[in-house]
Amino acid sequence: MAIDWKKYDPGECYDELISTPGYARAATRNLAAWLRSLTDEELQLRKLDAELAIIDKGVTFTVYSEGENIDRAWPFDIIPRVIPIREWRKIEAGLKQRLQALNLFINDLYHNQKIIRDRVVPKTLISESKGFRQECVGINPAHKVWAHICGSDLVRDSDGTVYVLEDNLRVPSGVSYMIENREVTKRILPELFENNNILPVDDYPDRLLEMLQSISPSRRARPEVVVLTPGIYNSAYFEHAFLARSMSAELVEGSDLMVDKDDFVYMKTIQGMARVDVIYRRIDDLFLDPEVFNPDSALGVPGLMRAWRKGNVALANAPGCGVADDKVVYSYVPDIIRYYLDEDPLLPNVPTYRCNNKQERKHVLSNLESMVVKPANESGGYGMLVGPQSTAKERNEFRRLIRSNPRNYIGQPALRLSTAPTLCDHNLEPRHLDLRPFILQGRDTYVTAGGLTRVAMRRGSLVVNSSQGGGSKDTWIVDNETG
Amino acid sequence: MLSRVARRIYWMSRYIERAENIARLVNTYHFLLMDLPRGTRAGWEVLPVITGSFPVFNERYTRHDERNTVKFLLVDNNNPGSLVNSIANARENTRTSREVLPGQAWEEINELHLYASAHVNDALPRRGRFDFLTEIIQRSQQLTGLLAGTMSHDEAYDFVRIGRNLERADMTTRVIDIGAMSLKESDESSSLDVHVWTSMLRALNAYQMYRKDVQHGVNCADVVGFLLQNDYFPRSVAHCIDQLEESVGDLPRHMDTLKPLREVRHRVAHIKPEKLDATTLHAQVDKLQVGISSIHELIRKTWFD
Repeated sequence: MAIDWKKYDPGECYDELISTPGYARAATRNLAAWLRSLTDEELQLRKLDAELAIIDKGVTFTVYSEGENIDRAWPFDIIPRVIPIREWRKIEAGLKQRLQALNLFINDLYHNQKIIRDRVVPKTLISESKGFRQECVGINPAHKVWAHICGSDLVRDSDGTVYVLEDNLRVPSGVSYMIENREVTKRILPELFENNNILPVDDYPDRLLEMLQSISPSRRARPEVVVLTPGIYNSAYFEHAFLARSMSAELVEGSDLMVDKDDFVYMKTIQGMARVDVIYRRIDDLFLDPEVFNPDSALGVPGLMRAWRKGNVALANAPGCGVADDKVVYSYVPDIIRYYLDEDPLLPNVPTYRCNNKQERKHVLSNLESMVVKPANESGGYGMLVGPQSTAKERNEFRRLIRSNPRNYIGQPALRLSTAPTLCDHNLEPRHLDLRPFILQGRDTYVTAGGLTRVAMRRGSLVVNSSQGGGSKDTWIVDNETG
Repeated sequence: MLSRVARRIYWMSRYIERAENIARLVNTYHFLLMDLPRGTRAGWEVLPVITGSFPVFNERYTRHDERNTVKFLLVDNNNPGSLVNSIANARENTRTSREVLPGQAWEEINELHLYASAHVNDALPRRGRFDFLTEIIQRSQQLTGLLAGTMSHDEAYDFVRIGRNLERADMTTRVIDIGAMSLKESDESSSLDVHVWTSMLRALNAYQMYRKDVQHGVNCADVVGFLLQNDYFPRSVAHCIDQLEESVGDLPRHMDTLKPLREVRHRVAHIKPEKLDATTLHAQVDKLQVGISSIHELIRKTWFD
């Protein structure tokens, strides 16, 4: 028997699969029963099948280490994470609301800045922001949308509440792994799809293409959409190629594009030059256009900002939208939602203390052991302090860092992230996880069915980033009520 | 399609074909040498000579023996055209143009790469060589078949065919050139010639088709005629160029490339194999090789730059 659910104990954490030891949650009953019916050997065989499938499919991510790029097989745990559809519908609505408000916010920041004049957010939010781009002031992107693709990280605390931990608005990645994880699961656990109604996830590329076409500045029946990648050495190159391929869009590098004298963007093809309408860019703002930003950038396209400002090409996400991808801005999102939409937020933020506020900073500094401290502008889990697992030396270092640059830090109470059974060596053990759904906004707004579940593979660890030893799971939105 | 992608697909295809050719070449030579009487045995260094990598080989190794040559051709990192490097290059070009290739092509080439890196050392001693090389040949052909059978025969596929046929034509001329060299070394036609020319046919998988086409035995003029001029054999120079003409003709802006291609085809048709001796054969083949590499240059200028 692969597992005795009575012996599986997540402690005080909320477990995604069982409610109390021995009892599966309603939506996971089929899965729990099926797991119990397997022998250890059978379970190990499925795990092996998954590993082979991932190697055969060449699903990789790139780690930059010691001056070298290493392609590693994508880490995947075979036990799916299950979310009942009724709960998911609420999360979905909350995510849409959030992105719509964030887009109104960004558009306001680059125009009248009403929200600052109305004193809902302080002026320093812009003056001290790393993501605010003077070059974007006064631009009107289609549908007034700046952040077209957003990956928001969700976590669940011990009482079962789902919180938004952060919104990734610059170049969020992971969606291709969501789709690949499902394909692997279908290969290795086909029998589970018989008894469960699981929402498919593979419509994402179509929705992405639809969204990108909806922001095209040209009236052509079939706008030319391309994916702009920094190239094969980027850690997310696998995903860039995956998305381009599944949208049948060209995957271009900066050197494939040029801006001509007419300020339109063209790509070099075997036919000659072809006009480009929409660029899904997977390179950071500062590398987009060496004429405007980093002059040494070999990744970008000289003149691209000029073409965009003239409305000759659409960029997704729009330059400058990173202004809202900032952990200090994050702390204001509930106010931002109320201000623009006149609605209460459907999804809560994790309580957040801003270190540039004297009182809040004091609270963070005196409670470091129980807090997570994050720099405002980093991603990938770098430069963080996880209080409960830190040493006195690390805490002193962060005290110094916070005092020297308070604007750059926020503190949050360390949540007890929820767990799900994960196959570790020979046993199913609880491991902490989060969830990154992807939200698209163009003419319409769309949320993936679930998202990418990332799991911390080490016992007790809260770090889920794949660059730091995290794994992933297939995520099932299960509708077993209507089936 | 993007110029950069066209370039990568072209190279992917050339490298797959090259890996297959190297495998077949080493395999054939391995068997040929067992048949030749001691003393008359040609050296292994003839292989780096035909693959055009002799200078690098000579610099790396003082002893031009079997072990060093096979190592150099199959696994040496300093030989850009080694089997393992060719497969790695094919993989890299596939990896960077995955969006236009069938998903399974990537899986297969990835597996080919994993297999080759894991097992190439088995092929250094004679005993494991045949199995390894046969596996490489089979898997390369599987890839070629996969592309033919699952990829739309659109412009991207034209570049697959162009890469493959150019590499094939190039390899066939090189194999004929080894034949010419060994003619030069031995006096008059001896029974050895039969072994040599049979091996050349085998190196190109042409033996059976040759026997079907040519009723009498194996001899220099007939083999050279078959490998250069046969209209139907897929590795004859004439056939490769016909295929090239067809694919190039499908592409936009093809006139600059088509004309010289026809000139090379014309030259092939007018060679008279029965009138060639070792020296004139070598000279003719040399001219063809120059023609083939000038076609590569034109392709690069027209579609890749």
